[in-house]
Amino acid sequence: MKNPLRQASDRRLQRIASPSSLILFGVTGDLARKKLLPAIYDLTNRGLLPPSFSLVGFARRPWSNEQFREVVKDSVKSFSRTSWSEKVWEQLAGGIRFVEGSHDDSNAFDALKQELDALDKERGTSGNHIFYLSIPPRDFPVVVSELDRSGLAKASNGQFRRVVIEKPFGSDLRSAKALNEVVAKIFPEDSIFRIDHYLGKETVQNILALRFANELFEPIWNSNHIDHVQITMSEDIGIGGRAGYYDGIGAARDVIQNHLLQLLSLTAMERPSSFDSSSLRREKETVLAAVQLPKNLSDHLARGQYLGGWQGGEEVLGYLDEEGIPTTSKTETFAALRLDINNKRWKGTPFYLRAGKRLGRRVTEIALVFRRPLHQLFGSDETAQLGQNALVIRVQPNEGVTIRFGSKVPGPSMQVRDVTMDFAYGHAFTEDSPEAYERLILDVLLGEPPLFPRQREVELSWKILDPIVEYWRSSNDCEGYLPGSWGPKSADEMMKRDSRVWRRP
Amino acid sequence: MIVSLPQTTTALISRKLQELRDSGGVVALGRVLSLVIETDDAHLESAVDVANKASRLHPSRILVISKSDDQSSRLDAEIRVGGDAGASEVVVLRASGEVLSNLESLISGLLLSDAPIVAWWPASSSANPAQSEIGAIADRRITDSAAQSEPISFLKALAKNYEPGDGDMAWTRITLWRSQIAAALESHLERRIVRGLVIGSKNSPSALLLQAWLASKLDVSVELEDKWNEDVVLGIRGVRISFEDGELQILRDGDVARLSQPGLPESTVFLPARTDLDCLVEDMRFLGEDTEYAQILKRGLIDGN
Repeated sequence: MKNPLRQASDRRLQRIASPSSLILFGVTGDLARKKLLPAIYDLTNRGLLPPSFSLVGFARRPWSNEQFREVVKDSVKSFSRTSWSEKVWEQLAGGIRFVEGSHDDSNAFDALKQELDALDKERGTSGNHIFYLSIPPRDFPVVVSELDRSGLAKASNGQFRRVVIEKPFGSDLRSAKALNEVVAKIFPEDSIFRIDHYLGKETVQNILALRFANELFEPIWNSNHIDHVQITMSEDIGIGGRAGYYDGIGAARDVIQNHLLQLLSLTAMERPSSFDSSSLRREKETVLAAVQLPKNLSDHLARGQYLGGWQGGEEVLGYLDEEGIPTTSKTETFAALRLDINNKRWKGTPFYLRAGKRLGRRVTEIALVFRRPLHQLFGSDETAQLGQNALVIRVQPNEGVTIRFGSKVPGPSMQVRDVTMDFAYGHAFTEDSPEAYERLILDVLLGEPPLFPRQREVELSWKILDPIVEYWRSSNDCEGYLPGSWGPKSADEMMKRDSRVWRRP
Repeated sequence: MIVSLPQTTTALISRKLQELRDSGGVVALGRVLSLVIETDDAHLESAVDVANKASRLHPSRILVISKSDDQSSRLDAEIRVGGDAGASEVVVLRASGEVLSNLESLISGLLLSDAPIVAWWPASSSANPAQSEIGAIADRRITDSAAQSEPISFLKALAKNYEPGDGDMAWTRITLWRSQIAAALESHLERRIVRGLVIGSKNSPSALLLQAWLASKLDVSVELEDKWNEDVVLGIRGVRISFEDGELQILRDGDVARLSQPGLPESTVFLPARTDLDCLVEDMRFLGEDTEYAQILKRGLIDGN
């Protein structure tokens, strides 16, 4: 039945999640401590959680409810976005519980069931439960089957169960399917929420607004005007403590398969018929299905490993010298590749994707580089300082949009030079837009799926990546590059073959 | 930085603003709207303070017209930028005498070009804002009925004079109440509603709007009761929705409200009173016509009573 107090025209009314509890597995992990727990506090502070909201931690620690509350409090105080308020905290703390156990401990899951039943009675969570699996995928089978065995996965009429999983969604097509089977055996597809936190970012959602709410850009958003597109995600740090996960995975599978292909599909997709989740996801899937790999892979791929040396005043280790990395490792810390999209809009406009660690600076951006006009009017000497027009969407940091175009240099002669027009989110809007995880957790609680990729999307992206990873496995060329540079020489050569150059982000 | 410009004109102020931008780059780009505040000296500083803080979320150029009773005709101005102005740039115009005879001309040279204009009257204002000099050129007009000497009759006059773009802070103050009530009702959509009750002051325009909103949406009679346990209530104390089989009640005590409902355990919800800053920030987010407000204002206060 429709809620008479809610009308679409009433834009002020906030959507507060229905009564529910969130059960967090992997609560001792970095992600929980730095992102998830603070985001839950921030949502409480913004008044978006229901009064009955309860948070249950599950981990192998001998903690009481009280001790767990202290753990949550510490992480909230260090990492929350909104300001600390004792009253807000009390509101949240009243619903915090802890259940001790390992992921294969049936007794612990029975205890969890009892705890959730008690919460239904004490706090009115109404039998609505969300399981957030912030744990390594290898633990999924046992946790999911325990949820099933203990009866926790089953919702009766009018209740809901949702399960949230984080990337990596497998490490290739085969493992992605296997992983999905484990979860999909117990939970229906529409109750599985796959988090790619990039999709929670305001700037990423703004790609759709920029393209489809404006008349200015969409008419030129095609191969008639756009020469090529560069999508870059670079980090200035090394692998840090992630050796165990990273080695054998590498840059392509770590971030290109998910984040960069997400950015590609939002940039390249056709206009969806509406903003609802199914048409949005259908368009993204259609464009991913149209992606073509280069015929000759060796000409259009590059990969490398960072070397040791001095980077920005600090001496850093090379990848092979990092703790836990075998000296014979061929895992790439930099990957670049060319993709083409086989449809009318993008025929002849390649997309270049690159991602890497220990590069010049931390930046994620999408750059659309335009074709050069036919210069009948201006001679080549007059436009010597004019590059190609570009539209750059900066995803992070300093979120915003830059347009680069030519302008006359003041003076008696006609000289045209590049200038930029800049829109920065931080200047035009708020200093405190919600964190990606705030948005995504709220969407899970509300049951709003548009920002979460479906399994088909995951599988399509592995279909793109698998042949590339396979090719690299059979070749030996993992070239070193200096820390703080923009990757190996082969990356530049790959662009040179197409008579193009990488932007300096 | 504060630059004082005694005995000045709008053209000189505009030139000085440009100069500040060119010399120090202190006047950043990216402002999305002009906020015009019409007030008097007594309310000037508190209004500027709120507007500065709101500008962190909605970077704006803030123009404050402070009307003085002084008989002499003069215009004194102050430009505040950088640390003294949050994320905004503030121009304070102290005007008196004949200078006040053409208010639009005071600000038209200082408004951001082609950007929305929000007018805000933090204290007393005309009950026909769209017809006032500043209101006539604004896209959005924010009054505060609670700050008037006769709040309820002021609200009724607002209803009569309503024009698209009008808004009142008494409406913004009940957004959290409305959100919580709507969310709580979500669990009881199967139940038949028989009547409603707002426990709130009969002199509070917010309580009146809340009553009108509930009555119009639920289509039942909603009473306004100004006593709770014998005590006279200030502002809004609570809301009760009676079903055939039980009651949904939200009662506020301080910043926290107690929520009781049929079939579910009692719970608490954080429901703080909203500050002017909260309200201004929300009002600046929704720049179009607030049709919901228009409907409630007109139906509840002209047709209803």
